Amino acid sequence: MKILTGNDLKTGDVIWWTGYDWSRHVEDAVDVGSDADTILAREEATRRVNASYAIEAQKTADGVRPAHIKDRIRALGPTVRPDLTLKPTDPEIGNWVI
Amino acid sequence: MYKYDNYDQQMVDARVSEFRDQVARRIAGTLTEDQFKPLRLKNGLYLQLHAYMLRVAIPYGTLSGAQMRLLGDIADKYDRGYGHFTTRQNIQYNWIKLADTPDILADLAKVEMHAIQTSGNCIRNISSDQFAGAAADEIVDPRPYAELLRQWSSFHPEFDYLPRKFKIAVIASETDRAAMKLHDIGIRLRHDDAGAIVADFYVGGGMGRTPMIAPLIGDGIAIDHMVTYTEAALRVYNRHGRRDNKYKARIKILVHEIGADSYRSQVEAEFAHLQTLELEPPAAELARIQAMFVPPAFDTTAPDSVDRSDPDFAVWLDNNVHAHKQPGYALVTISLKPIGGIPGDASADQIRLMADLAQKHSFDELRVTHAQNIVLPHVKKADLYALWQMLEANGLGTPNLDLITDIIACPGLDYCSLANARSIPLAQKISQRFADQGRQQDLGELKLKISGCINACGHHHAGHIGVLGVDRKGVENYQLSLGGSEGADTSLGQITGPGFSEDGIVDAIEKATEVYLVKRENGERFVDTYRRVGMAPFKEAIYG
Repeated sequence: MKILTGNDLKTGDVIWWTGYDWSRHVEDAVDVGSDADTILAREEATRRVNASYAIEAQKTADGVRPAHIKDRIRALGPTVRPDLTLKPTDPEIGNWVI
Repeated sequence: MYKYDNYDQQMVDARVSEFRDQVARRIAGTLTEDQFKPLRLKNGLYLQLHAYMLRVAIPYGTLSGAQMRLLGDIADKYDRGYGHFTTRQNIQYNWIKLADTPDILADLAKVEMHAIQTSGNCIRNISSDQFAGAAADEIVDPRPYAELLRQWSSFHPEFDYLPRKFKIAVIASETDRAAMKLHDIGIRLRHDDAGAIVADFYVGGGMGRTPMIAPLIGDGIAIDHMVTYTEAALRVYNRHGRRDNKYKARIKILVHEIGADSYRSQVEAEFAHLQTLELEPPAAELARIQAMFVPPAFDTTAPDSVDRSDPDFAVWLDNNVHAHKQPGYALVTISLKPIGGIPGDASADQIRLMADLAQKHSFDELRVTHAQNIVLPHVKKADLYALWQMLEANGLGTPNLDLITDIIACPGLDYCSLANARSIPLAQKISQRFADQGRQQDLGELKLKISGCINACGHHHAGHIGVLGVDRKGVENYQLSLGGSEGADTSLGQITGPGFSEDGIVDAIEKATEVYLVKRENGERFVDTYRRVGMAPFKEAIYG
C-alpha cells in the first residue's frame, strides 16, 4: 500500500494522511493508491502539512507498517527515548521498529 | 568573556524581529517552504525526523553561567526537558515548534546568544580549544582571535553563499584539542623565532564522504594579517569551488584537485592584492576584544595539593581533571557519557546544575568540547572534592574521559533525517559492554566515534575505532575502521572489511580490543599498537 506522511507545519509533529485529515498515528494511515500527487499538492496548499511525501507500507495484523526503518522510527519516535515515543508504556515497541 | 556592545545587540535583535516576521509569513502562507527553508536554515532551524530542530551557536564553545542556565530553561520551556551538545561545540533541541522559534531566539538574545549561521553554505560557528585560557601549553588565549574572525564572518556578504558550508578552528597550543587539521581552515597560533605571534593556516581538511587532512598552506602569517589571509583563502575557494556537485563542493576537494602548491600560490596572490585594500581590522579592535578575555582573579595562595583518599574520587581525578596553568587550580571535564546513556545529552536540571557549579567554582565560565562533554575551566583544587560529590549525585560524575566509553556519537537515525543507521543505541551497547572501570582503565586512551551516515558528524574517520552506519537494502549495517586520530598525530581510519549487524559490530570492537591487549608494548595506546602492527592481526581476529 502507499501512504502519505509529512510534518505538521506549526508543531513539526510527524503526521499521516487518514483519507480526510492528518493523524499523528500511523495506524490511521490509508492506502492512497495512485492519488498521492494530487492529495499532496492539495494538502500542502492548506498549510497544515509540510515536507510531505508518499511511502510504501504494509498492512499487517498489528496495523500499518512503513516499509523503511526511517519511517518506522518517524512513526514511533526515538528508539532510545521510549518515554518520548507515542507508545511510552509498550515494552515491545523497540521490536516494532526493527 | 566577550560582551556584546550596542552594535552586536542591535544586530542580533534585528535578526530576531526579521525571523519573527518570516515565521508569521510562512504560517500565513505568503512564504512557501521552498522560499522559507533557506531563511530558517540561516537561523539554525532544521526540520528533522520528528520535529523542527534548533541549533544554537556557542562561539568557540565558551559559555557563562547565565547563558548555560538559559539553555536549560529553553529545554524545559520549549522542548522536552533536555538538550544535545554537538561535535561543533553547539547545542541542539530536538522538539521545537515553529511558532515558538522567534520567542526562543528572543530569549537567547537576552543573554547574547543566537542561532545565526549554524546552518547553510556560510562560515559556521568557529571552534577552539576547550582548554583555552587555562591550558599550560598555550602561547596565548586563542579565543579573542576566534572572536575577531566571528565578527568578521558574521553576515559577511561575500561569504554568505559559499559553494558549501565552511568550518574554522583556532588553537594556540602545541597540543591540538580541536581536531584543527580536520577543518576547512585550521589556524594554529605560535611564536616565530623572534618571539612574535604568527598564524599557521591549514586549509582543506574535513571529514564527510571524502576525508582529508589539511595541508599547511600559510606558514607563519603575521598575526596582524590573520583576517586578511583568511579572506584570501575564502576568496580563492569562493571563486573556484564547485557549485555543480554538492559532493565535490567543499574546499578540501578544490585544494586536493588543483594541489596545495597551486592553491597556495593563488591565495598568496589574492593576499597581496587584499593587503593593498587594508581590510584588516585595526589593532585596537583586537585589543578591545582581548580586554574581555583577561584571566580571572586567581587566588595565588590556593593550595596545590588534593586529598586523594576517596578511591572513587581519585579515579575521577586521574581521568577527568587536567593541569591548569595557574597553581592551585585545575581543568575539570564533566562527562556527558554515563554508562548506557546518550552521548552529549543533558537534562534541563543537569544543564542548570552545571551553570550553578560554574558560578560557584569556575569564575562563572563553562566550555563545550567537540567530544560532547562540558569543561569547568578554572576550579580551585581545594574545591574539587565537593564539586565531584555534586556531579556524582546528579549523574555527571562518570570518570571516563578519553576512555572507550567516552564515545562521540551523532544523533543518527533516531533523530536525523540524513542518517542511514542509528548511532545512539550502538553507543549505548558498547558503553554497557565495556562498563567495568578496571577494564576501561586497562584499555587506556581509546577514542571511539560513531557516525550514522557518511556526513561523519560523529567524526568516525578520526576515531581510534570508528564506526559508520550504512543502509544495506533497508537494514542498518555498520562498517568498522581502525587507526584514525585527531590532534598532533591526525590520521584517517582504515576500514577493516565487510560490515556488521548492530550486535556483530559490538563483538568486532571487543575482538579488536583483545588484539590490542595481546600485542601492545609498554606505554602504547590502542592507536599506537595499530600503527605498529598494522591491520592484519586485527582483521584476522575480527573475521577469522
